[in-house]
Amino acid sequence: MPADSLFIQLPTDSPCVMIEFEGQPLAVPSGISVAAALLASGSRHTRSTAVSGAPRAPYCMMGVCFECLVEVDGVPNCQACMVTVSDGLKVRRQQGARALSALAEEGAHDGI
Amino acid sequence: MASERIDLLIIGAGPAGMSAAVEARRHGLEVLVLDEQSSPGGQIYRNIRESDPQRLAILGDDYSAGRRLADEFIASGARYVPGAAVWQVGEQCQVHYLLEGRSVVVQARRLLIATGAFERPMPIPGWTLPGVMSAGAGQILLKSAALLPAGPVVLAGCGPLLYLLAVQYLKAGIQLSALVDTAERRDILQAWRHIPKALLGWRDLLKGLSLLAKLRLAKLPHYQGARALRIEGAECAEAFCFSSGGKIHRLPANLVLLHQGVVPNTQISWSLRMRHQWSDAQLCWRADRDQWGETSLAGVFIAGDGGAIGGALAAQEEGRLVALAVASQLQRLESARRDHLAREPQRALARCMAARPLIDALYRPQVENRIPHNEVIVCRCEEVTAGQVRADVRFGCLGPSQAKTFNRCGMGPCQGRLCGLSVTEVIAEQRQVSPSVVGYYRVRPPLKPITLAQLASQSNHDLSPETP
Repeated sequence: MPADSLFIQLPTDSPCVMIEFEGQPLAVPSGISVAAALLASGSRHTRSTAVSGAPRAPYCMMGVCFECLVEVDGVPNCQACMVTVSDGLKVRRQQGARALSALAEEGAHDGI
Repeated sequence: MASERIDLLIIGAGPAGMSAAVEARRHGLEVLVLDEQSSPGGQIYRNIRESDPQRLAILGDDYSAGRRLADEFIASGARYVPGAAVWQVGEQCQVHYLLEGRSVVVQARRLLIATGAFERPMPIPGWTLPGVMSAGAGQILLKSAALLPAGPVVLAGCGPLLYLLAVQYLKAGIQLSALVDTAERRDILQAWRHIPKALLGWRDLLKGLSLLAKLRLAKLPHYQGARALRIEGAECAEAFCFSSGGKIHRLPANLVLLHQGVVPNTQISWSLRMRHQWSDAQLCWRADRDQWGETSLAGVFIAGDGGAIGGALAAQEEGRLVALAVASQLQRLESARRDHLAREPQRALARCMAARPLIDALYRPQVENRIPHNEVIVCRCEEVTAGQVRADVRFGCLGPSQAKTFNRCGMGPCQGRLCGLSVTEVIAEQRQVSPSVVGYYRVRPPLKPITLAQLASQSNHDLSPETP
């Protein structure tokens, strides 16, 4: 666990899986949610809001608040607290609102 | 829909849903249980079947007690679909859900909504900053991922869950920088009239007292009657500020866990246009139900905290009662036998609910933490402040649904779950009427976001016999 993480993990016997967050590889215990994995790995914010771009992070951990929205394997607006980690999962922050079309998404990646 | 083979469809595998499924199976009903989580237990018994001895020791006996029910449920013969997110419920017990990215529809003869509770929103300045979470979230991280706070943590608000989490963290050796309690001793005086009845629920009272006694023994900084709560920070939480005992306090804090009680999850019941009443005691909406849990919509039942807050044990008894009523309606149980079998759960339920009015009165959330000052965000998704809602009331906005068109509150992805009660109460206060006059958002499907591709892929639930 990184030094600046808000959480530490009790020793468990679950094996680790490798996921990626914003291109960085993370070793996380299997069976936990993406939101828990990101918090344990020291990610302080996991999305920016659609209105003002303010940073946000998981809030309720039970599928109610939608604060933990991330992009999982290219699919935008996934609730990180409702997705279980698995090997090779690629996670990115949900930056603002999701793009409406593939074209707009390309534009978003080009920084337009 | 072709199939009429599901007698009872249950949404939610928490204590109410599991208990209803077990009882319904005893009477030979075909039962299907849809649950959004990956394992049974709901939030209270989250991950109970996978928990290890270390976590069980920290979480305590009330959590471990869920193991037996979860095991009984798994062995009951009810069909159980984890990972199913219900996005639409029809009046005729037709339920649409998302499973692994595909939409599925299923028809049942009776429906039980057992979707439990979520935490009451606690709109205070800075509550949207990263590093601020609900106390329930802190407990879920412990149950589901064995995560504990790395550094000193501030717990703030009121209610049994907040004190329970404090005790659990202390047991785990976690350093708490403070328990900032918005309840105060004089609340006990206001709650005195509930005490005689509450004595019937003495077990619950003892539990509450022993929690507080443990906190006192731990010499934890416990501030009472805290007001003017505020989280400071630029990009994430840095400090927690409040006043207590005539002093202003500012505690450095990167992790703040907030809680001020739980409220029924009424998304499905509102979407079905059921009759609801505003509860002044619990400060939330409750769907009308008869003594068996049947709602204003015939054939549709609610059990557990999704109907009214009563806790996990009450939820189990209510679940049993629903199962008995459904078995009787479907001619699997004579009404005399139903009434006989219902006596025990009815008595147990009365015991469970006896202490509730006292708990509600003791831990009534403060007005300023429900109906906040103008600058505080109430709708986190669309970043709408209480001030914007008040301004729109001055322009003629009468209720939450109309407020959507004024300022988009409640129109983000959480669909009003985290702002609905705040917006109702802010409008009611501004209009100087009761929340029951103001009403709630008009909740519509999809209850969970769904793509057009998922909608187009919809298929019927496969009812072929499961291979053991």
